[in-house]
Amino acid sequence: MAMQDPRGMPRQGEADDFVRMEDVVKIFGDTVAVKSVSLSVRRHEIFALLGSSGCGKSTLLRMLAGFEEPTSGRIILDDEDITSLPPHRRPVNMMFQSYALFPHMSVEANVAFGLKQEGVPRHEIHERVFEALDLVQMAGYARRRPHQLSGGQQQRVALARSLVKRPKLLLLDEPMSALDKQIRQATQIELVKILGQVGVTCIMVTHDQEEAMTMASRLAVMTEGQIVQCGTPHDVYTFPSSRFVAGFIGSTNLFTGTIVVDEPDHVLIETDALSRPLYVSHGISEPLGMEVHVSIRPEQIRVGRQAPETESNWGHGMVSHVAWMGSYARYQVRLDAGQTIEASVSSLDWSQSDAPGVDEEVYVTWSHDAGTVLAS
Amino acid sequence: MHLKIPGHRPSARQFAIGVPYVWLALFLLVPFLLVLKISFSDLQFGIPPYTPIATLQDQTLSLALHLRGYVLLFTDSLYAAVYLNSVKMALITTLCCALIGYPMAYHIARARPEIRNLLLLGVILPFWTSLLLRVYAWVGILRNDGLLNHLLMGLGLIDAPLEIYRTDLAVYIGLVYAYLPFFILPLYANLVKLDHRLLEAAYDLGARPWSAFLRITLPLSMPGVVAGAMLVFIPSVGEYVIPEMLGGANTLMMGRVMWNEFFNNADWPMAAAVTCVMVLLLLVPLSIFQYNQARQLGGRR
Repeated sequence: MAMQDPRGMPRQGEADDFVRMEDVVKIFGDTVAVKSVSLSVRRHEIFALLGSSGCGKSTLLRMLAGFEEPTSGRIILDDEDITSLPPHRRPVNMMFQSYALFPHMSVEANVAFGLKQEGVPRHEIHERVFEALDLVQMAGYARRRPHQLSGGQQQRVALARSLVKRPKLLLLDEPMSALDKQIRQATQIELVKILGQVGVTCIMVTHDQEEAMTMASRLAVMTEGQIVQCGTPHDVYTFPSSRFVAGFIGSTNLFTGTIVVDEPDHVLIETDALSRPLYVSHGISEPLGMEVHVSIRPEQIRVGRQAPETESNWGHGMVSHVAWMGSYARYQVRLDAGQTIEASVSSLDWSQSDAPGVDEEVYVTWSHDAGTVLAS
Repeated sequence: MHLKIPGHRPSARQFAIGVPYVWLALFLLVPFLLVLKISFSDLQFGIPPYTPIATLQDQTLSLALHLRGYVLLFTDSLYAAVYLNSVKMALITTLCCALIGYPMAYHIARARPEIRNLLLLGVILPFWTSLLLRVYAWVGILRNDGLLNHLLMGLGLIDAPLEIYRTDLAVYIGLVYAYLPFFILPLYANLVKLDHRLLEAAYDLGARPWSAFLRITLPLSMPGVVAGAMLVFIPSVGEYVIPEMLGGANTLMMGRVMWNEFFNNADWPMAAAVTCVMVLLLLVPLSIFQYNQARQLGGRR
C-alpha cells in the first residue's frame, strides 16, 4: 500500500502509518478490554494513549510489545505484520512503568542485556552501551546497581536500556508515574528532547493529560476499551468531540440546550441555565430542535460587574468562590438558574484589590467563537 | 564516647531475640559441650561409661584429655571413608532434590493462586505421617517381593526382581523423598516473590524464555536454592533412620557409625569424637558461606 504507491510518494505514505492497528480486539475471559481499536502512528512521532485506569490503554500497549495477543485484528509495524510475533522477536522495546531494571546486574549489564541476547560482538556492545548511557548522562554510573540510584536515575537507565537496541518503536508505560511531581515537568521535556535526538517512533501510555499534552505530538483519548478522539493536543483541546473528552482534557463548562436557530454561519441554542441564548459562530450538522451540549472553556469566560450589551452569550450570577492561583484566579460563579460555572481570570485583568469577591453579583460573558457544540 | 544504655527493662526486641538465644544455649550449646567433654575422656566400665576429665586428688587437680577417639578417627581409614561417603551421599541427595524440587517449586509459584495452596498442601502432606511409617512404606515398595517389583514383573518389563532394597539406591530414594519438601518450601517462598515484569523486560529485550530463566529467574532465586540446599544437606549428612532401614550393610553413613559406637560398642568417647568432628566439618564451611552471604547482603544495602 504505502510502499507500492505508484505515484512515487512512498515516503509520505510510509510516514503516515508507520504503526497501524487494524480493528484490534482483546477479550479476557468474559471482559472486553479493548473493543475494536484502529490507529495509525507516523514515523518519528510521539503518540500518547490517554485514559483513566481500566480504559484498555495498557492492554493496547502490551499487545504492541507482544505480551498479549489480540483476540482479533492486526498490528503492522513498518509494513510487517507483527500481530503474533513473540516479544523477543519484535523490533519494539518498552520502558516499563516501574522500570523493571534487573536488580542483580549493574547499570552497564542492564543496558548490555538486550545486545547480548542479540549476539552483538563484545567490543561493539561496550561501545553502544556507553553511547546510550552518554545520551541519558548516566555513563558515570555504569558500575552501580539499580538500588543505588535515585528514581530519576533509574528512569534514565531504563530509557538507555530500551533505546540501545535501536528499536523501530519505543513504548513508554506511564513514564513519569514513579517520579516526584517537582521533577516531572523538567523530565518530560528532557525525554522529548532525547527521543527527538534519537529519532525513534514512540507510543506512550498515560493517565495524566498534562503529561500527554507536554510530550506527545498527537494523542488518542480512550475510554471503555475504545478510542473516542484522536488528534493533536491543540485540536483535541479546542474541538473535543464529546462531553467525555471535553471534561477529560482540561476542565470545561457544559450547557445542555436545544437548537432554535440553525443558519449556515451560526446556531442559537436555548438553555435553561441561562436567560440568554447561546450563540455559536459555526455551523453544525445536528437538526433543529435537537438536544445538544455546548462546552465553553474556563479561560474563555470573562467576569465583569457591568451588564453586557449583546443579546446572547452571557449570564448573571453570584461569585461563590475565588481561588488565586498566581498567574490567574479561578472563579466559581453560581448562575441565577442554579448552575455553577468556572472561569479562569488572568491576573492581568484584575488586580487582587478591585477584583469581584465572594457573594458579589457579576456578569459572565464569552465570545461567539468560544463555544463548541457537542452532540454526545 | 558515651554509649547510651537503654533502660533496665528489656525491650520487646531484646526479648524476642533473647528467647531463642536462651533456647539454643540450653538445648544446643550445653548438650554439645557435654558431648565435647565426653569426646576427650577415656572408655571405662561402669556408669557413666567414660572417665572424668578433671579429677581432684590429694589437693592436685589433674586434667586428663584423652585423644584416643580423635587419634583413631584420623588413623583408621574407616572413619575417613564414612565421612566422605556421608558427604557424598548428602551432596547427591541435595543435587537430586534441586533437580526435582526446582521445577516443582517453579510451577507451584507460577500456578494460579487458587491452585497454588492446594499444590503446597500436597508438598506438606507427607509431614502429617511419621517419617518412620513412611520409610517403612518404602521398604514395602522396594523389597524384592515388594510393590514395585510385583508391578514391573506383572507388566512384563522385567523377569527377575530388581535389587533395590538394602542398596545405596534405596537410601538415595528414601533421602530424596524425605527431604524434598525442605528444598521446595524455601525456594517456593523465593520464587513466588519474583517480579514478573523483570521477565517481561527480558523478553522485551530479546531473551528467549529459556535464556530469561537462566539469566533472570535462576540468579534471583539463588538465595532460595541455597536455603533449600542447606536444609537438605545438613540433616542428610547425619541421617540415621533412612540408611539404617533402607541401606545395605555396606552403606556407610555417619549416623549409623555413631549409633554403633554408642549402643553396640558402648564406646561413648569414640562416638562423641565422631560427632564433634562431624559438627566441625559441617560448621566451618557453612559459617564461611553464611559470612559471605551476609557480606554480600550488606554490600547490597
